[in-house]
Amino acid sequence: MEIRPILSTLLRHKTAATLIVLEIALTCAIICNALFMIGERITQVNEVSGIAEDELVRVQLTAIGNDDNAEAQTRSDLASLRGLPGVTAATVLNQVPFVNSSWNSGVRLSQEQTQSTLNATTYMAEDQFVETLGLKLVAGRDFEPDEYLEFETVNGTPGSFSIPATIITRVMAEKLFPGEDPIGKTFYSWGEEPIRVVGVVEHLVRPSMQGGPAQREYTMVFPLRPTYNLGGNYVIRTSPERRQEVLEAAVDLLRKNGPNRIILDENTKTFEQLRSEFYQQPRSMAWLLAIVCIGLLLITALGIVGLASFWVQQRTKQIGVRRALGATKGQILRYFQTENFLLATIGIVLGMLLAYGINQLLMGKYELPRLPLYYLPIGALALWLLGQIAVFGPARRAAAVPPAIATRSV
Amino acid sequence: MFGYYLNLALRSFRRNKVLTALMVLAIALGIGACMTTLTVFRVLSGDPMPGKSGQLFYVQLDPATMQGYNPGEEPSEQVTRYDAEALLREKRGDRQAMMTGGGVSVTPGEAGIAPFLSDSRYTSADFFPMFEVPFLQGRGWTAKEDEAHARVAVISKALNERLFGGGNSVGRTLRLDQDDFTIVGVIDEWRPTPRFYDMNSDRYGELEEVFLPFTTSRDLKMGRSGSMDCWGDSGGDATSATAPCVWIQYWVELGSAEKHSAYLNYLTNYSDQQRAAGRYERPTNVRLRNVMEWLDYNRVVPSDVVMQLWLGFGFLLVCLLNTVGLLLAKFLRRSSEIGVRRALGASRMEIFKQCLVEAGTVGLAGGILGLGLSLLGLWAVRQQPSSYAELAHLDVGMLFTTFALAIVASLFAGLLPAWRAMQVTPALQLKSQ
Repeated sequence: MEIRPILSTLLRHKTAATLIVLEIALTCAIICNALFMIGERITQVNEVSGIAEDELVRVQLTAIGNDDNAEAQTRSDLASLRGLPGVTAATVLNQVPFVNSSWNSGVRLSQEQTQSTLNATTYMAEDQFVETLGLKLVAGRDFEPDEYLEFETVNGTPGSFSIPATIITRVMAEKLFPGEDPIGKTFYSWGEEPIRVVGVVEHLVRPSMQGGPAQREYTMVFPLRPTYNLGGNYVIRTSPERRQEVLEAAVDLLRKNGPNRIILDENTKTFEQLRSEFYQQPRSMAWLLAIVCIGLLLITALGIVGLASFWVQQRTKQIGVRRALGATKGQILRYFQTENFLLATIGIVLGMLLAYGINQLLMGKYELPRLPLYYLPIGALALWLLGQIAVFGPARRAAAVPPAIATRSV
Repeated sequence: MFGYYLNLALRSFRRNKVLTALMVLAIALGIGACMTTLTVFRVLSGDPMPGKSGQLFYVQLDPATMQGYNPGEEPSEQVTRYDAEALLREKRGDRQAMMTGGGVSVTPGEAGIAPFLSDSRYTSADFFPMFEVPFLQGRGWTAKEDEAHARVAVISKALNERLFGGGNSVGRTLRLDQDDFTIVGVIDEWRPTPRFYDMNSDRYGELEEVFLPFTTSRDLKMGRSGSMDCWGDSGGDATSATAPCVWIQYWVELGSAEKHSAYLNYLTNYSDQQRAAGRYERPTNVRLRNVMEWLDYNRVVPSDVVMQLWLGFGFLLVCLLNTVGLLLAKFLRRSSEIGVRRALGASRMEIFKQCLVEAGTVGLAGGILGLGLSLLGLWAVRQQPSSYAELAHLDVGMLFTTFALAIVASLFAGLLPAWRAMQVTPALQLKSQ
């Protein structure tokens, strides 16, 4: 296909051609960035938490005022919960994943270090912690029974105390001790004494998004038994189909087991629900971005159809002349397709520069990561396709122009 | 002439129904997207204390140890209880209050209603006059009552309705945790948006239900919430008067710029003294931001909302480019008609006007449809679970903005096509007839 005549025609319709090119460029730029943001949110929504989500339920409660008998009460609650039919394990936690309330501490590799190596979240574990959450140990071991301390006792004693052991995630282990076996290594966090790593779990996320995606699994577990009024989370493991029944039974039991407390009904639910609510925001943002992308493509397509139809109408006589001079229908069709391809290409090239520019702006202002290059060809392909689909109708109408038109008004 | 042009525009719409519908739809979509996101943004970035936000200042000191110190970094976001109590005692501002959020169990007096948990705020007396809190009944408590660790409470209208059916409850007893409090006031409908005084809790949430003197809340060890940052051994109680922990918000009212600089000096001196006394280790680093500066610093508007605003404007821009193209096609298609008008004596200006009237009419139609789409968009926003969702409503100002934006945008889009249309030479067009 000869490109020169197409170019010279376009040069005579500079304004309209520029408009289409600009529209394609802007759409391309926005779509590249929007697709990238959708991708990021999908990754977030699908992230692995490390816990057996579909087998867990959470009951949250709070004491009315202070409970001086919390330690014994917690032990009694747990014993009764474990006795419920359908319950495989139960534990009490200071914090749970998918709830924006968390304990966080700086972690240092030596006592003298003034800047923390990283900031990690702290789960306080009771005897059935690993078993209840369904964590997967990939190195080392679970806590030994004699390593557990009562948090109330430790916290109430002024001065130094030492935490006998810790379990950390693989991500945190690799950050602290890159390329080394973390088992037996120590770090400093709570108190003045070193804390020894005894186990490594495959995954366990922080409760909140604090620190962003990179710090999602800076997680450590201390063998400090929390009491029920420290966060008020009872987490119970059962089979997926018995969750609702176990949840109801657990609430009943906890109401009877100690009257002086309040069950927080709106926070008492399965982990599946907690997860779904936690990711509601990124999920709806992804949908919104997707709708905007579709809207943009649609508008751009309509713009192309509109202008192409106008051109076809304007050049009817020309087309007739060409047909009379021997051009086939296919050649006319390809003329308009090539014209659109040229316009789209210029638009896409501009659009990519713009996409990159927008991304730089967002990076500076909203701490967004850099746009990966592979989003650019995706955007380009989408717009090429869109242009060809949009121009097909008008181009076919052009091809259908009979050669006789050339003779008519002369 | 305007009426005639309007008539012509309507005729032209009838002739090109599909093209016109496309243009109206494009403008409507752009306006709808833009107004939805703009309304949400405006609600979230508003001034929670109009007229007074420039006189209310948030105090920041830097009381932590050298551990983790980076020169040039911002000081702690909250203050220690020790510092807050010292500043409060010295009363150097027009008004001042220390505060923190928390939760208390409310046990209703009537049998049959189960105890429930309410959000609470522990603060000092000036909170109410300083933030101009409207009272439905009674009043706030006094500084004397703060000092006396009085068992007094101020409750929200919502809680008053829940517990007492909305009746006058001043003087009545309220059981909180395990103690009895006397209600001294009921706050009327009040929802500062954002809830600027505490950035730790839900920033667009509703007002707390229970307000208690800070002093009393510590006597009774009531549950606190929000962020707490400690850097040393607190001896088991991080909320004690001397614990090395920041967890208190401190606000001060300063009526003039001189008072602001005087207070800043005072904070600097206070900080120097504390370091001389061995309490502070870091170099003096104080901040005194007013409400809007404080909200800005905290990036209170969620970045998703800002992103949506940009997206809305980008969408409108594409829609406008599209409209420019379609209008151009539409006007030039009528070149022969324009040629006739020109030949019959219409000036270029008249052609230009005619085209703009047509563009403006498209804009008006797009605006009406766009308004519908914005209402739909805002309805969709309100279905979201976020706490600001219920605030997303179109007010009268935004309603007019919608139409203004639609018409201005479409006139703007019409400029270039109208310019091209008026260049049509009468002779050439007549010749080809």
